Amino acid sequence: MSAPLLSTDSLVKRFGGLAATDGLSLSVAEGELHALIGPNGAGKTTLIGQLSGELTPDSGTILFDGRDVTRLPVHKRAQRGLARSFQITSIFPSFTALDNVALAVQAHAGHSFRFWRDAGRDRRLADPARAVLERVGLGARADTRADALAHGEKRQLELAMALATGPRLLLLDEPMAGMGPEDSARMVELLQELKGGVTILLVEHDMDAVFALADRITVLVRGKDLASGPPEQIRNDPAVREAYLGDELEVA
Amino acid sequence: MPPTAPRTAHLTRPRIALLILLAVALALPTVADWMGEPFYVRLATRILVFALAAVSLDLILGFGGMVSFGHAAFVGIGGYAVGILFAHQSDGSTLFGLPGTVNGLIVWPLAMLAGALAALPVGAISLRTTGVPFIMITLAFAQMLFYLMTGLKAYGGDDGIALWSRSTLPAPLNIADHTTFYYVVLGLLVAALALGWRLVNSRFGRVIRGAKDNERRMAALGYPVTRYKLVAFVIAGALAGLAGALLANATMFVGPQYLHWSRSGDLIVMVVLGGIGTLIGPVLGAAALLLLEEFVPELMDLAHAGLGEHWKIVLGPVLILLVLYARKGLWGVVAGRRP
Repeated sequence: MSAPLLSTDSLVKRFGGLAATDGLSLSVAEGELHALIGPNGAGKTTLIGQLSGELTPDSGTILFDGRDVTRLPVHKRAQRGLARSFQITSIFPSFTALDNVALAVQAHAGHSFRFWRDAGRDRRLADPARAVLERVGLGARADTRADALAHGEKRQLELAMALATGPRLLLLDEPMAGMGPEDSARMVELLQELKGGVTILLVEHDMDAVFALADRITVLVRGKDLASGPPEQIRNDPAVREAYLGDELEVA
Repeated sequence: MPPTAPRTAHLTRPRIALLILLAVALALPTVADWMGEPFYVRLATRILVFALAAVSLDLILGFGGMVSFGHAAFVGIGGYAVGILFAHQSDGSTLFGLPGTVNGLIVWPLAMLAGALAALPVGAISLRTTGVPFIMITLAFAQMLFYLMTGLKAYGGDDGIALWSRSTLPAPLNIADHTTFYYVVLGLLVAALALGWRLVNSRFGRVIRGAKDNERRMAALGYPVTRYKLVAFVIAGALAGLAGALLANATMFVGPQYLHWSRSGDLIVMVVLGGIGTLIGPVLGAAALLLLEEFVPELMDLAHAGLGEHWKIVLGPVLILLVLYARKGLWGVVAGRRP
């Protein structure tokens, strides 16, 4: 097996006495959809924070694409192809949907010390942005201000922005958070389409979605890797059932 | 798939308002002359100079969300660039081995450079913070520069430098003539507005505006946000420096009070009064503030001698009403709601 695209080695992050990440070693292979699940407080958000660069681990290392990125700032990781979506929708409210995505395209279209040309008329930004909007099903809402979009649409936009950076790895932090069943189903469908084309690390509470999508699942409990493996194995792992899944899995 | 919205070339309300403003500005010296009130030309010149400073502040405050409470420092430094070179020229002494000069083509660009060079370290340090700490640090730097100028005994210290003559420009521009100077300032302001307009709509401008909307997301997209904000801060510093050079020429004087924090406050008031993030709004804000300052005290003194010095009692409620009822300031009132 080739080297993983993303891996952590003995990662530790403490907040006071609490080890939110407790010696975690995780690896995400190129091309897979790797789901990260765990009860509330298991340290999923803290882990995402460290992977994206917003938090610095107390010890341990993070390798991305064969290079140590543990101390690299957020924007440099993003430039190397590590894109993320946010659990709480994080968009540009005063920009249109199209301009939100165009801003993501622009981030990876060379430097932005360009002071003269009207970026709103720049097809090198607008065309790819529109294509990504179409792909996530927001084509018809391109010219709507982002703060006027419905919640589900904002979640789609959130994903579109991450996608538009042409990432090697997508860190998706609960993309279905707050979505109704219809929107969730659309999102699952969309992730199904993306799968294989781009490596995805998916943090999600929706177990149906996770078990439908994931190639591998890691169960995080109290900052530790309780179990890792293909969905079937996780489903039948007695420790997982006991520690976390319980009745939820019976339904799944 | 919907086509991109067609850009209308119609006479929309903001465009009509802009045309009227430009017409008024162009006609003003003629009208003042006809009224026999040449003083109005000098007042209008001051308004345009402060408008330039306020526009430069709006670039970072209105579009980049950087509430700089020390912007007058860069204006003052631009003024001092003109004043110091004037002082050396008038007594024939040298500065770093170079003679002084009153050549506008040299001192005005130097004033811009001085504003930019001062803004660079101030911005580099201040931009490590945001919000209230940013406000406080920019204020602190500005006050430091204020006291520095107060201590510059060689250049007048507290008293500043009185200029006996304006900068010189190539013929036929003789800005010793108030009306010519007025038109030169107007031309520079219009140029700055045009540049600013290009800037905020360029790729660079989008980064700045994106950072105002959601800085965290900008970083996650891969933008080194602080670098872009710093460049914006320096550009604003350069424009403020130019405003300072013009202010020195308008008042024939430079002094530490130009850098005082209350001047920075005035600039923020102009931006808020005129309309944050509108570029043209701060021009109206500058006009409104300076006109109020000019005429309200007089009127109040008429009502009761000595009352005039409390004129800000009028300014306060005006500001509060505007903030409450016109979120885009005077420009919002003039131009109407924009989509």
